[in-house]
Amino acid sequence: MSIDMAQFHQVFFEESFEGLEVMESGLMELEPGSADDETINAIFRAAHSIKGGSGTFGFKAIADFTHVMETLLDEMRDGKREVTQDNTDILLRSVDCLREMLEAAQAGDEADAERVRQHQRELEQELANSGTAPATNESPAAAPDAAPAAGQWRIVFKPEARLFQTANDPLPLLRELRELGELESEIDLSRVPDFEQLEPEDCYLQWTMTLTGDVEKGQIEEVFAWVEDLCELSIEEVQTAASDNPAPASEERQMIPQRRAEDQGAKGADRRQSDRRKSERRGGGGSAQSSIRVETGKIDALINMVGELVITQSMLGLLGEKIEDRQAVTPQDIEKMLDGLMQLERNTRELQESVMQVRMMPISFTFSRFPRLVRDLSGKLGKKIELRLEGETTEVDKTVIEKIGDPMVHLVRNSLDHGIEMPEERVAAGKPETGTIELNAYHQGGNIVIEIKDDGRGMDKDKLLGKAIERGLVSEDDRLTDQQIYELIFMPGFSTAEVVSDVSGRGVGMDVVRRNIQELGGNVEIDSELGVGTTITIRLPLTLAILDGQTVTVGGENYIIPIISIVESLQVKQEQVSRVGGQGETFRLRDEYIPIIKLYEIFGFADQGAKPLEEGLLVVVEAEGEHVGLFVDDLLGQQQVVIKSLEANYKKIEGFSGATILGDGSVALILDMPGILKLNKNLQLQQERAA
Amino acid sequence: MTDMSEHNIAEDLKQISAVDQYLTFRVGDEDYGVPILNVQEIRGWEQVARVPNTPSYVKGVLNLRGTAVPVIDLRQRMRQARAGYDATTVVIILRNAMEGEERICGIVVDEVSDVMNTGTGDIRKTPDFGDRVDTAFIQGLVDVGGRMVMLFAVDAFMRHPDLYDPPPEEEEA
Repeated sequence: MSIDMAQFHQVFFEESFEGLEVMESGLMELEPGSADDETINAIFRAAHSIKGGSGTFGFKAIADFTHVMETLLDEMRDGKREVTQDNTDILLRSVDCLREMLEAAQAGDEADAERVRQHQRELEQELANSGTAPATNESPAAAPDAAPAAGQWRIVFKPEARLFQTANDPLPLLRELRELGELESEIDLSRVPDFEQLEPEDCYLQWTMTLTGDVEKGQIEEVFAWVEDLCELSIEEVQTAASDNPAPASEERQMIPQRRAEDQGAKGADRRQSDRRKSERRGGGGSAQSSIRVETGKIDALINMVGELVITQSMLGLLGEKIEDRQAVTPQDIEKMLDGLMQLERNTRELQESVMQVRMMPISFTFSRFPRLVRDLSGKLGKKIELRLEGETTEVDKTVIEKIGDPMVHLVRNSLDHGIEMPEERVAAGKPETGTIELNAYHQGGNIVIEIKDDGRGMDKDKLLGKAIERGLVSEDDRLTDQQIYELIFMPGFSTAEVVSDVSGRGVGMDVVRRNIQELGGNVEIDSELGVGTTITIRLPLTLAILDGQTVTVGGENYIIPIISIVESLQVKQEQVSRVGGQGETFRLRDEYIPIIKLYEIFGFADQGAKPLEEGLLVVVEAEGEHVGLFVDDLLGQQQVVIKSLEANYKKIEGFSGATILGDGSVALILDMPGILKLNKNLQLQQERAA
Repeated sequence: MTDMSEHNIAEDLKQISAVDQYLTFRVGDEDYGVPILNVQEIRGWEQVARVPNTPSYVKGVLNLRGTAVPVIDLRQRMRQARAGYDATTVVIILRNAMEGEERICGIVVDEVSDVMNTGTGDIRKTPDFGDRVDTAFIQGLVDVGGRMVMLFAVDAFMRHPDLYDPPPEEEEA
């Protein structure tokens, strides 16, 4: 009799990873010294289900490891052990280790046994290290005496098959053990044969038990006295190290910090490795089935909507039949039909909204990784930082959630590293010792806005500007707004190692961050005040499936410009236009010279699009931090458009992010601003070569 | 008697399995055939949305019930004299699974002629015409009542890297 357990593995892993998240966030919440029962219980439950699941599915190493964690948590839960920075740190590291083990098991691999053992030893030492609340009050010398009070025994009980035939039964034995102390037992079913070979009178079961309590070895032996020669029995005391022999204990205590140092060093590498694994997993997830957990409420709403749709459809169907049969159609019928059509329209709209809702997830999926990041990093940097999260329930499209994580990590890390000052520095500047980083998400119009705000040292405009001038990125005569100065850090290669210390690093990879955000159809802004702090604002579309578009015509074709990139639209007069360097045309808008990109030119429609500038319109858009004017024939309406992939059946077309279907059924391509700039650059190069 | 009919059915089945149905169409004065299973539908020619910076034979993209489908003028692709678009000009929507993904593509042809049955045995290899003729998209030849039908290689057409890139000659121009 064998059930294929593998079919449940995926669910087990999913649940376990969720459990790990719960444990991690719970551990982050635990304040040293205060034991919040609710939180500890939640962590304990998560650990317990991982242990149970892994035991059931035969991941023994994971079950064993979790068991040790659970024991430690149990002591915290019962108030026998105080919650300290140290033991939460150990538990957090164990969560990491457990995650690695689970990931390895999922991939059908074994985790690095040495590392697992190391973590397990660390946990066991912490357990042995009787950090119980009363014990800490006593002198260290008294600790060994106190230890047996919470003695722990590991009992492996392997009865022989003929156990039952000798009129013995394991159950009363276990009950008796339970009376001695707190008993946890795990059953080993490995000896159970297939059903056909099963002898009902034989005993196939084996037990591994942990008995906690004030128990002598003799007492346990007594319990098993009757079955002594019918079984394999081993009784070991678990925590001998701390209680029996003070010498090795102190040695171990010395070892712990050392190992911690190693851990710190290894952490970077570990993290990278696990990041890589994660990304592999994510990458692999693309080819495998990616799934999404949806609230039942949302599905119920969908079902209701479909129900209404069916009713409306049948009503319209009846009317249709009537017309088909050429029965006299009364004015009431027509009214009914119009009503029905209106209802249909409403239903369709609602259905569209609810389907979109299914893809929406709270931003907390992204935010949840930051408490850990901030904690780890601030510990490493020796800074005191409080992280505040707001608007975690703000919902956003799943794809956005998946893609915004990395850029945000980059920005938060920057704030931590370069924004927040060291505690001394903060105190000297008259600020509270503990710095704050605030993550805030909210909806604004059709967008989601994410703010990353720190109260650190802010950015020095003059230094930024000086650097930019030195690098020839801007000329000395350029008059830049504050905003433009801060945005310099998004320039590729703006910041290198030698940049002034207070902004160092602010800019490494920032161009990548901005590009990632722009790929999602969003933009990013910086506001900063020297000595007060920096706020980075990311604006993203709520969904990647729909965008607000402005329809324009070029050479008789319709195109969509995303409204988020439009600054303004205007008509130009010839006298505003001047030629620069013999070819590029620019026009003056207030104090700015804006290059003109003639769309019909870069689209290769010169044969039918060429119009004098006065007859068309300029749409000023922002692309990669610059303003450019797109010359179009005409502006049509604004509307929400559903994005259709061009790649699905065709290929990626430079300058376009996709296509959409307009109300009249025709197709219109959606412009992609960075791509348009690239097309323009290519055209200029071609013209130069031709000249 | 029962023996006989059983035998016939078996023979018929064998024949059916060996017969492929082809939709034939005209491009200029040439006849082509595509496996009918690759044909999703046939539509009249209608204006499509032009895609900038693509070869001239890529007419643009079409809205096929909500998906954007590229339309390629096979007449131009096969370097036929450019034909106009009139009432008989049709777009055949082809569908083909490539690497597990279904891709859809429309081809513009002069007219759709017929559906023909062909046994595998009737298909002859494409002769080598030398460099002058592009036979990349021709899978074989079938003689249908004295008329030569070229079997259109849907797979190669939709997979061929040249599909969406201009052939060398055109690029020079």
